[in-house]
Amino acid sequence: MLEITEGSHAVAKAVKMSRPQVIAAYPITPQTHIVETLADMVADCELDAEYITVESEFSALSACLGASAAGSRTYSATTSQGLALMFEVCFNVSGMRLPVVMTIANRALGAPLSIWNDQQDSISLRDCGWLQFYAEDNQEATDLHYIAYKVAENPEVLLPAFVCFDGFILSHTYEPVDMLTQEDVDRFLPPYKPVQKLDADDPISMGMYATPDYYLEFRYEHDQAMKRAKNAISKAGKEFGEMFGRDYSALVEGYRVEDAETAIIAIGSLCGTVKDAIDEMRTAGKKVGLLKIRCFRPFPADEIRDALSHVKRVAVLDKNISVGAKGAVAIEVRDALYGKTMPVLGYVLGLGGRDVRISDIKNIVSLAESGKGDQFYGLRTEVL
Amino acid sequence: MAETCELFDCGHRACGGCGAALVSRLILKATGKDVIVVSATGCMEVFSTPYPETAWKVPWIHSLFENNSAVASGIEAALKKQGRKEKVVAIGGDGSTFDIGMLCLSGAFERGHDFTYICYDNEAYMNTGIQRSGATPYDASTTTSPAGKCSIGNSRPKKDLPQILAAHGAPYVATASIAYPSDVVKKIEKAINTPGPCYVQIHAPCCTGWGFEGEKTLAIGKLAIETGLWVNYEMEDGVVTRVKKVVRKPVETYLKEQKRFRHLFKPKVNAEEIAKIQAIADKNAEKYGTDLKLKSKPDPVVP
Repeated sequence: MLEITEGSHAVAKAVKMSRPQVIAAYPITPQTHIVETLADMVADCELDAEYITVESEFSALSACLGASAAGSRTYSATTSQGLALMFEVCFNVSGMRLPVVMTIANRALGAPLSIWNDQQDSISLRDCGWLQFYAEDNQEATDLHYIAYKVAENPEVLLPAFVCFDGFILSHTYEPVDMLTQEDVDRFLPPYKPVQKLDADDPISMGMYATPDYYLEFRYEHDQAMKRAKNAISKAGKEFGEMFGRDYSALVEGYRVEDAETAIIAIGSLCGTVKDAIDEMRTAGKKVGLLKIRCFRPFPADEIRDALSHVKRVAVLDKNISVGAKGAVAIEVRDALYGKTMPVLGYVLGLGGRDVRISDIKNIVSLAESGKGDQFYGLRTEVL
Repeated sequence: MAETCELFDCGHRACGGCGAALVSRLILKATGKDVIVVSATGCMEVFSTPYPETAWKVPWIHSLFENNSAVASGIEAALKKQGRKEKVVAIGGDGSTFDIGMLCLSGAFERGHDFTYICYDNEAYMNTGIQRSGATPYDASTTTSPAGKCSIGNSRPKKDLPQILAAHGAPYVATASIAYPSDVVKKIEKAINTPGPCYVQIHAPCCTGWGFEGEKTLAIGKLAIETGLWVNYEMEDGVVTRVKKVVRKPVETYLKEQKRFRHLFKPKVNAEEIAKIQAIADKNAEKYGTDLKLKSKPDPVVP
């Protein structure tokens, strides 16, 4: 049913219908509306979950780790500084192969302090071994939660997942979202059946330390599981499409890119702006297209190569910066296109909530056409 | 020697005479098999679980150094939701409990989770090589509070963590010592059967870190109590309800047995510092009323 609702409320409803048994929550802007809405649902007996009001994000994810290890479906949400505080736990959850799902309302990292959007937080955790999904709009943000649980809990995968959506730009925006019913969700996402759990009747030790004789193999198996996740995502996304009409089987999604000369690569809500810019540029006769990366981990290198082998140039938009190098997406896209001859040009933009407009996308395409890239875009030189 | 029928199995890698290993055994003797154990990073975790071997015959999990209370919170919530009855026991050394895990510990106690936290207190970071913690006693020489020409060792007294946790509203807080194993078991049994967050702090002398021979572990633990430098007591709803009384010995009898205090005796006796430590013991005795009053000999009967 189509509802006009705030992004955070839509996500909270999707989480509720995913039937988490344990939720651990800590407030942080711009994520807080999600956990407030879930608290209301628990208070009104609409959601039958244990809701732990922890004293920090560090404990939020640690509590999820414990609950997941004990065999429950778990949920938390965070952003920015909160995610940074969870850094150590993030590696632990994934290393112990616990399918925790967590929403990230993407926000900049301090210093300087900023509550506004970019994607530095989750992108900085690209190496922590979690699946990473990025939503373009609130419809995708809600749907990706069901997909995330399904993939994370797949016995072939068993990895935790971030579902990322841009703070404020999506989290605080009202737009129409087609909400599934509880019956729909139950059909798609059956109750969690842990492969193994802490259980007095079948005792196991979890989180043991590994000597150099074993550690490498643990990391290899973790990486193999991430690679297997590609198939699991495609399968779950296809099944979702067959059931509800929105197909998420592809890790990347093209928009007018099939005959494009210039391909733009973007992640998250920026894709909507890019599509509008492309429509205007196409009308003006420019062959521009978009390749949206919906799933950043596992990284869809093959899919990017297949989709872009024909283009003359690639412009990568990064709402993050690996300081001293480039935007992280540009680095990885260039790696994916290694051996191809087209230039791959990176643009760092929109950091700390700076607006990115249609005119900016057009300017970037012009820069790319003249071979200028690997730069910050939109600097206010008068304040430097 | 551990018997193989125990829930904490033999074959682990602890030092001979390790106090913490005895704590592990006593914990599982008290809990039985219907328990989930959450271990913090530290000696106990490392000597008992080198993959692919484990000494734990109960469900056991280790996550990080500082989050065992938070992990236990999540496990307790999951068990409640699933309608399961296992007890949840979090274990940490003093570094994990007094210092780095304090945030998670305080949060879990304030929230009132039904679990028992057991600190095996060996009074320093032993797993990393004997560095001072908030539980290190006054004047103890450690690798980060070494005695030297202008240092008398650790310059601060031990943090009073049981009182801090009692102030959280914990229904049951107790201290114990491996020198009295049956008392340890009794207190853990009481803790796990008391609803809400309970805390047991167990004095676990470390032969390697304190500098004494492994066969003296229990004797050293006993001397700590007999000198008043460690007090065994129970607190119920914030009120001290039971204290182990002793006929006190001077603190030197405890200090001189351990290399961590040898700078107080060599090259010459530092009477001033020993007096300060004696004052700590006297204060403990007064605060908890540990001194056993011996009945004076009856007056000779005058015929």
